Amino acid sequence: SAGSCHSVSSSGMAGADGDDSLYPIAVLIDELRNEDVQLRLNSIKKLSTIALALGVERTRTELLPFLTDTIYDEDEVLLALAEQLGNFTMLVGGPEYVHCLLPPLESLATVEETVVRDKAVESLRKISHEHSPVDLEVHFEPLVKRLASGDWFTSRTSACGLFSVCYPRVSSTVKAEIRQHFRNLCSDDTPMVRRAAASKLGEFAKVLELEYVKSDIISLFTALASDEQDSVRLLAVEACVSIATLLPQEDLETLVMPTLRQAAEDKSWRVRYMVADKFSELQKAVGPEITKNDLVPAFQNLLKDCEAEVRAAAANKVKEFCENLPEDSRETIIMTHILPCVKELVSDTNQHVKSALASVIMGLSTILGKDNTIEHLLPLFLAQLKDECPEVRLNIISNLDCVNEVIGIRQLSQSLLPAIVELAEDAKWRVRLAIIEYMPLLAGQLGVEFFDEKLNSLCMAWLVDHVYAIREAATCNLTKLVEKFGAEWAQNTIVPKVLGMANDPNYLHRMTTLFCINALSEACGQEITTKHMLPVVLKMSNDQVANVRFNVAKSLQKIGPVLDSNCLQTEVKPVLEKLAADQDIDVKYFAQEAISVLALA
Amino acid sequence: ILAMSSAATTPPSVDKVDGFSRKSVRKAKQKRSQSSSQFRSQGKPIELTPLPLLKDVPAQEQPDLFLKKLQQCCTVFDFMDTLSDLKMKEYKRSTLNELVDYVTVSRGYLTEQAYPEVVKMVSYNIFRTLPPSDSNEFDPEEDEPTLEASWPHLQLVYEFFIRFLESQEFQPSIAKKYIDQKFVLQLLELFDSEDPRERDYLKTVLHRIYGKFLGLRAFIRKQINNIFLRFVYETEHFNGVAELLEILGSIINGFALPLKAEHKQFLVKVLIPLHTVRSLSLFHAQLAYCIVQFLEKDPTLTEPVIRGLLKFWPKTCSQKEVMFLGELEEILDVIEPTQFVKIQEPLFKQISKCVSSPHFQVAERALYYWNNEYIMSLIEENSNVILPIMFASLYRISKEHWNPAIVALVYNVLKAFMEMNSTLFDELTATYKSDRQREKKKEKEREELWKKLEDLELKRGLRSDAIIPT
Repeated sequence: SAGSCHSVSSSGMAGADGDDSLYPIAVLIDELRNEDVQLRLNSIKKLSTIALALGVERTRTELLPFLTDTIYDEDEVLLALAEQLGNFTMLVGGPEYVHCLLPPLESLATVEETVVRDKAVESLRKISHEHSPVDLEVHFEPLVKRLASGDWFTSRTSACGLFSVCYPRVSSTVKAEIRQHFRNLCSDDTPMVRRAAASKLGEFAKVLELEYVKSDIISLFTALASDEQDSVRLLAVEACVSIATLLPQEDLETLVMPTLRQAAEDKSWRVRYMVADKFSELQKAVGPEITKNDLVPAFQNLLKDCEAEVRAAAANKVKEFCENLPEDSRETIIMTHILPCVKELVSDTNQHVKSALASVIMGLSTILGKDNTIEHLLPLFLAQLKDECPEVRLNIISNLDCVNEVIGIRQLSQSLLPAIVELAEDAKWRVRLAIIEYMPLLAGQLGVEFFDEKLNSLCMAWLVDHVYAIREAATCNLTKLVEKFGAEWAQNTIVPKVLGMANDPNYLHRMTTLFCINALSEACGQEITTKHMLPVVLKMSNDQVANVRFNVAKSLQKIGPVLDSNCLQTEVKPVLEKLAADQDIDVKYFAQEAISVLALA
Repeated sequence: ILAMSSAATTPPSVDKVDGFSRKSVRKAKQKRSQSSSQFRSQGKPIELTPLPLLKDVPAQEQPDLFLKKLQQCCTVFDFMDTLSDLKMKEYKRSTLNELVDYVTVSRGYLTEQAYPEVVKMVSYNIFRTLPPSDSNEFDPEEDEPTLEASWPHLQLVYEFFIRFLESQEFQPSIAKKYIDQKFVLQLLELFDSEDPRERDYLKTVLHRIYGKFLGLRAFIRKQINNIFLRFVYETEHFNGVAELLEILGSIINGFALPLKAEHKQFLVKVLIPLHTVRSLSLFHAQLAYCIVQFLEKDPTLTEPVIRGLLKFWPKTCSQKEVMFLGELEEILDVIEPTQFVKIQEPLFKQISKCVSSPHFQVAERALYYWNNEYIMSLIEENSNVILPIMFASLYRISKEHWNPAIVALVYNVLKAFMEMNSTLFDELTATYKSDRQREKKKEKEREELWKKLEDLELKRGLRSDAIIPT
């Protein structure tokens, strides 16, 4: 068979080099057929190389037919193939020939596995743009029609994603056909297809002429939004955003709002959840008047929903919703309608709801201003700071900056402290880690005095935490604090404590001293490093634990650039030389590395 | 330094709940319960006017009283609020109990008017939006299922409905007006309930409906299809897969021969892909049963089934691989020799990979095939095909598998092969080394080919940089 290939390939690029015998298609196809899936996969991933070797003509006449015919393979291979073909236009000879890629992609768009199908659709969408308007009607659109009327649900599902890419570029007769096909799929017998159609409804609406949005899309939208399956209904909510954006304001009330109101009160929590989740988008799409009349009560209901999932989704949107309220009535609406619900959520029975609220509630202070914040919000912040769930407290603390701008953090500091202390000692190390990360921020807002008095000891305690990740974060935290408060502060408050740990009986704590020095030396500067830190490091080179000794070598390498050359030669070099002769192999290694990096050899 | 030492002696409270303890241990032990998501706190107490007992009224008044009781039982209570309406909850419970007894023993109660009322009462009680799952990473093997709070009533409603469907007086021709497609669809959605007790009742209910309503059968099968496809390709979450498969097992049993194309499609396009789901272990026994049922009906399906399994063979999950091997053995137990011949090559290529798996449970499970007499007889008949496929793996593991038990099993298998076909065995042993060398050479040629191709790509890339897509 290799022989016959030669005759076909007279104009292939390989022929030009006179070495086409190197690349008979049979050999290449063998690679694509290799018994080992992994090798097959590798070959498919390099399909562009194979195509290149074959040249554009043989790629079109031999490779693509082969790929189309042998589509039965592992899904992983098919996925790689679907992806490759989306980038194949130049390899088949450019846009003029791009339609050659349609047959294999059409087969791939019908396979069972969703990821393969989705990738095939993605590639089809990509190459659709490379079709000329004529090719689009002659080759691409018939493919979409075939898929749309396929027997098995997979091809119809794939078709849903292709309508919107061809619609804008075809004649009005073909447009009418496409609309008809889309209508059919929206009322397909199989819920999978209706879901696919519903999820593309918004996208399709965007490419339609306004008259058809009003005539076609609205009726489809209404039908999908009252589908018997909630998984379909909830997708209609997503489409609602796009559709509402497309319609003129005066049509929204009659065409969209009845459906949206119904969705907000759907008997399935999944649909209500979707409404809550898309609330900000919906709010923007329907505009201020409808928001005032309809969305405010709907939002209140969602905040009071019987399912925690829905309440949490709505709670997440509180700030955004309030921010986007029309300015003239914003404060009144918040104070009379939203705030009472928010107050109830603070003592919700579900921790996800409280935690969602805590992540946005502080943002309300900028919207409501100083007086309202002190009178109405502050008690809520304080209550959440005392919440039993650490995540709620953390979310409040992590958003302190919003309040700081409006009323200053001092108002909170009394309650803040116990909350911080408790989180600092939480049994879950991830909670401790999270609070450490906010320390520099808190330090900045609370000021050095408050910090020294109340928080410094916590920061030092973390250095001896029994979880490494906490010790590491604590070290990093110290650096940030020094950057904030300056070298002098460091020398007086932190450095003595850090250096004291060098004598700790626990070698992990002694190593923490070294890690702190690594992190702090640059921020503290040459003087502190040379005078106070270096002697301790040098002394630790006699430590009996090898791990400490090789960390001494690493530390010396790290702080070397901060020291002057005299000190390097007279103090550091002898110690590193001693360590380079250590009996432990790792100590030797790191000492030698330090010597060479610091150019002390 | 003083502060330090005190901090060092009192470290932050120890991680009692942190770390690697099993999830079930970490979780609070209390039983979780859930309720329909339909209740919004109405707060109004519910009042039902107590009715006399059915047995206390004259026979001719009973049908009417029966209807009234059915209507009363349409009232649904909020069981998450354990304190509300206690008296009325108890009243409804005893009424339901009475209704259960009544439909079991009474005669002549089932008037035509009763059908819509029964269906209405059942619908009001059982059809509800299932609440969100408490933990989004619910692990059915580790976690306690969330139990339905309203079970004291719900159970009796199911019990009543089943007795109703099973009653001698029950007439499907009347009932089909009320037990329709919409009813069935809602019933199927309930199979997602987390409460295993409810799913068990649902199984019986659906089975009865399938048995009595011929007009609904195709619809029920199609909807189960949809549930499975959604489960496989969209959500990977549905609690009632095992129960639905159990029902299907007996449905398949009743299929007429020759099998309709619809049923074959169900096997290949739905049942086989079910093997890909992560939670396979929860319904694998029922699934394998369905598959074997199909093959016993129509042996010509063996090839597509085995090819399907091979296509979806687990790559990284050894636990699933062991399940696949188990199922394959069940299939081989009933395979016809003519079918076996059609599939033996791809099949034993896979088995040869399994026996050389570094996971000893996988290797062990595959090697157990050689203890199965029927499989052994099939292998023996076809040893000239199977032995060359298996030989290299077996020979290699006999030398280098880490687990001595596996090595011992492999020796037995090699011995069996030697006895079966000593000529071929000797031949393979003799050529083992040269075969490996040939493979290595081929591998090297591949590498060279690709290197040349890549050079070419580089060259072409330099000549016209637009041609290579990035």
